[in-house]
Formats: sequence, structure tokens, C-alpha cells
Amino acid sequence: MDLIEILSFAFRSAVGPLAITFALAAIGLNIHYGYTGLLNIGQVAFVMVGAYGLAITVDVFGGSHVLGALVGLGLAALLAVLLAVPTLRLRADYLAITTISVGEVLRLATRSSQAAPLTRGADGIAGLGGPFYALNPIPPGDYGFWIFQLGSERRVWLMLVGWGLIALMCLLVWALMRSPWGRVLRAIREDEEAARSLGKNVFSYKMQALVLGGVIGGLAGVYYAIQAAGVAPDTFDPRITFYAYVILILGGPGRVLGPVLGALIFYALFQGADVLLRQGAAGGWLPLVEWFGSQAIGATRLALVGLVLMLLMIFRPQGILGDRREMSLGA
Amino acid sequence: MAPDTRPHVPATEEQGSEPSDLVAGEDLALARRARAQLAEVAPEPGVPKPDPLLVADGVRKSFGGLVAVDTRHLEIQRGTITALIGPNGAGKTTLFNVLTGFDRRSEGTWQFADQDISRMAPHRVAQRGMVRTFQMTKALTRMTVMENMRLAATGQTGEHLLSALLPGTWRAQERENTERAQALLERFDLAAKADQFAGELSGGQRKLLEMARALMVRPRMIMLDEPMAGVNPALTQTLLGHVTDLRDEGLSVVFVEHDMDVVMGISDWVVCLAEGQVIAEGPPEAISDNRAVIDAYLGARQDLDEHGPEGVL
Repeated sequence: MDLIEILSFAFRSAVGPLAITFALAAIGLNIHYGYTGLLNIGQVAFVMVGAYGLAITVDVFGGSHVLGALVGLGLAALLAVLLAVPTLRLRADYLAITTISVGEVLRLATRSSQAAPLTRGADGIAGLGGPFYALNPIPPGDYGFWIFQLGSERRVWLMLVGWGLIALMCLLVWALMRSPWGRVLRAIREDEEAARSLGKNVFSYKMQALVLGGVIGGLAGVYYAIQAAGVAPDTFDPRITFYAYVILILGGPGRVLGPVLGALIFYALFQGADVLLRQGAAGGWLPLVEWFGSQAIGATRLALVGLVLMLLMIFRPQGILGDRREMSLGA
Repeated sequence: MAPDTRPHVPATEEQGSEPSDLVAGEDLALARRARAQLAEVAPEPGVPKPDPLLVADGVRKSFGGLVAVDTRHLEIQRGTITALIGPNGAGKTTLFNVLTGFDRRSEGTWQFADQDISRMAPHRVAQRGMVRTFQMTKALTRMTVMENMRLAATGQTGEHLLSALLPGTWRAQERENTERAQALLERFDLAAKADQFAGELSGGQRKLLEMARALMVRPRMIMLDEPMAGVNPALTQTLLGHVTDLRDEGLSVVFVEHDMDVVMGISDWVVCLAEGQVIAEGPPEAISDNRAVIDAYLGARQDLDEHGPEGVL
């Protein structure tokens, strides 16, 4: 077993572009679920709309990346409003039902042949990100030392911008949640009737929260499209939302840094476990493939993540950054 | 305070008129006079009051075939404590819900402080100064007692998304609200708990918190849905003291209650509901030997014979 390789890969993944994408998506989800108590089970829809907003603007309409990013964020906001109007006045479950289906509907619609002139169907859109790397001020080379390997200058640039965005979003969430505005959101999470009885326009605040968290989800999508240099519809399956929830619950919902810490740990574990299992398979001391077939490594990795989550729920149900005292009052 | 030179000003404009007054709301002299005027009102269902704060006409609420509330005319006099009594299922809570906008009316109109609020969303009703509490207390459990209080203040600049990002725009207001909240918490004996989560309070303390929190809205009328339910006798006395104090400071109080000792002890006026209708109203003395009221309770409670009507009323 090569521990250095495992740690190095775990670190590389934990701070890498995918972890950043998930951290951003989970920050948005934290506003929905962690602070306002909105059960949005379709965060992937916002991510997808953001990514495709950028991709279509650039690919079909020949717009700039900046314009594309703005379109992506704008579409995410629009989606939030469209979802909010019919569902937010109803019981919480309806938002959950609607969001989970909207995510899938969007994915299927995007990959359909009718949408192909716009979305290029199931193949998706490639060739994004050029202008982004053109701005890269970092000299070419390979960066990192010992187990802390970052990769090429392109990757470092991506990470720099990504973590910058995360820092900015965390700052935004922190500033908002300490304000009276954030207090109203938390009151709605606790009991929306009570908030109403004290003169708060619950619908309006839920709408604002949904839009804000959705736009941050859209930002995750824009970032994803650039780091992947393209988009393909089937990337955006419901698992994205579930991973975002895992990350949020792992880190601690309703905490500013919860989603960020959650994403770091989730990706470190997820990818570290992958390397570990592959090493085991190659070295012959963990004959998973022999026992269970070629799918075994991926499946075992998921099972391990599930195990970690179960242990967490048993020993730290409030998440890593959560407050146990606060959690015990929730019931 | 000068005697009623001031006309009826909407509550929103009175905010912050005097830093010392905690419960704000009404002109004290006006409220006192209104209370005195009640003595001349005939004890009949739907009787007009000389200075009503709330006037309701034909309020009706049905759930499918079940008519829960069907009141012809009801007025609530300003500056008084009005008790809403009636057997279980009489529609007291539904009437509360409808009047405060929490349940949509089937029919009817009502004016609060001369303004039609019958189509108003519940939060707007609260902003106008008609604030209700709930039968099952709704403390915001994972927020501190102080946060519960601050939340309830109205007209907060920092509650707007953009100004929320500029603490300079709301800090001063937050400080004022905190001071008022602190004073109210002291008055309701909760000051020591200010930094605890509301979920850590006992049931009785939650009732106190809910009342104090409602006052942060600076209401003109406070509607308490069974404020003494499940509260020990000592705390009941405390709560009663608070309720009468609020009345004496000019607030109008409407409350639903089952304990007749409580009702008879503090109400200025009693409205009895049965099967959704107002069957009697009047001062407590007049209600306790009202035939219709006794019949309503007799119909609902078989054990009345043992105690006699006085046992219930």
C-alpha cells in the first residue's frame, strides 16, 4: 500500500475543481436547506442551467464567456422564481417533489434530439474555457510539493479562481446570515407560522432565499462548464444533488463553512478510497474484482462513503461544524 | 398624556414615538375612556360598541360542509380585555385564524382601526398592529430568546436583502430594538435567559416569551389563544398580571380561555361562541347567568349538573 499516493491523490481531489463545484453547489443548498429549511432536492437543476447558460451563449450565439456566465446566473434566478411561484405557498413537500422532477426533466429535455440545435443533444457542448485560460497569469509549470500536488498552471489558475469564488460566497452568506435578513430566514426554518404572526412576509423571504441559493448553484454550473471545458447532459443526474446534500450534512447545515469543509472531506474520502481500493486490487491484497466483478471498486467506494455518513449521523448528527446543543432542540 | 387631542393614527406611524413606552400601541386616555364606556353597552349578541377597534360583519368560515364560524356582527371595544369563551369546537380558534388572516374567510368583512383587513395576508395584519399568539406555543427553538425578540420588531431596515449587506444601515436600529427587547424581557422575567436557545425554556417560560415577543411588534390589539393552557397556577397569576398591565397601558386584548375563574377575574367583556355563532356577550357578571351560555355548556358537558352552572362559569 502506497500511503503517499493515497494522501497525495486525496489532497489533490479535495482542493480540486470538482470539489470546488460541489462546494459552491452546497453553499447554495445551505441557504435553501440549512438556513431557510427549504427542501430543494433539485440543486442539480440550478447547476445545469448555469452550465448550459454559459455553454449555449458561447457555442450557439457566439457570445463572450462573461456574457455566458451572466446568462447562466440569470437563468438560474429565473428557474428559482418559476419554481417558487407555484410551490412556496404550499407545504414543504411540494417544493421537494417539484425540484427533484425539474432536475430530471431538464436533463432529459436537454439531451433530446428536438433540443439539439440549441444543446447539441446527448453529446453536449465542448470547446469552452479558452478565454478563461487566456487570462491565466501563472507561469507554466507543475506546482506543489510532497503530498500537496496541485498540478499544471492551468489547474492552479482554475483552483485559484474557484477558491476565490468560494471565499466570496462564504463572505456573502456570513454577512447575510448575521443580519436581520438572515434572522428572518432562520425564523422561517424554525416555524413559518410564527414568522408570519410577527409580520414577516414569509413567501417573499422564501423566494429570495430560493433565488439566492439557486444563483449560487448556477455559479457552480458556470464554474463546472469552464473546468470541464464543456457540458454534457448526463453529467447532471440527481446524484449531484444527493452528493451536495451529503456534503452539506457532513460539514454542518446552517454553518457558513459547513459546505466547504464538507466538500473537502467528501472529496478526500471519496477519491482517497478509490486509490486505496485500486491499490488493493492491483496488489492482490484486496481481491474485490475477483470476488464481485469489475464494478466492485466503484460500488465499494460508495458503500464506504455510506458507512462514513452513518457513523457521522450516529456520533455527530449535527455535522462536523454543527452545535450539538442546537441540534438536540430541533426535534 | 394630553386627553384625546390625537386622532386615530395607524400604528405604523406611531413607532418610536417615545423610547420609554414598551408596548406602544394606543393613546392611553382614549383607551381608558373606551373601557369606561363599555359599562353603558347592552349585553346582547352583536351589540355595537361606542369605540370599537375591530368590527366584523358576517364572518363565515366553512370547511367543506362544516360551518366552523358564522358570526353576524361582532365588535371589540378598544382598550379592553375581551374573553372569547365557548365549548370545545365552538369556533374560537377558527375565528382567531380567520380574523388574523391565517385561515381564508369564506365570507364576511372586518375592519381593524377603521381599515378593511378582511383580505389581508397574515403578515400584513400583524404589521397593522393585530398580533396573535398560538394555542401551541411557537417559540423559535433554535434561536436564542433575544433573537426571538429582535426578530419581532417591525420596520427593520436590515430585513431587506441589500441593506442587510450594509450593517451601517441597520446597526443603530438593531441596538434600539435590543434595548427594548431587553426591557421587555426584564418585565417578563426572562432577562436571565436572553442568550439561551428558546428551545431550552420551560413551557411556561415559552408562553411568557411568546407574549413578550408579540409586544415587540408594537401591537394595538393582541390576540392570545389559550394563554394559560398547561400553565401552573402560580404562573397563571403572573400571566394574568401581565395581561391586565397591557390593558392598563392602552392595549386591547382578546383571549380565548376555558378556565372560567380566569375569564371572570380579568375580562371587561365576554363573548360566548357556540357552534360558530355569537350566542351571548356582555360583562362577566351578565354572562355568568346567561341562559344561552349555560345551555351551550350544558349541551356540551354532561357533568355540569354536579357542579351547577357556577362550576363552569
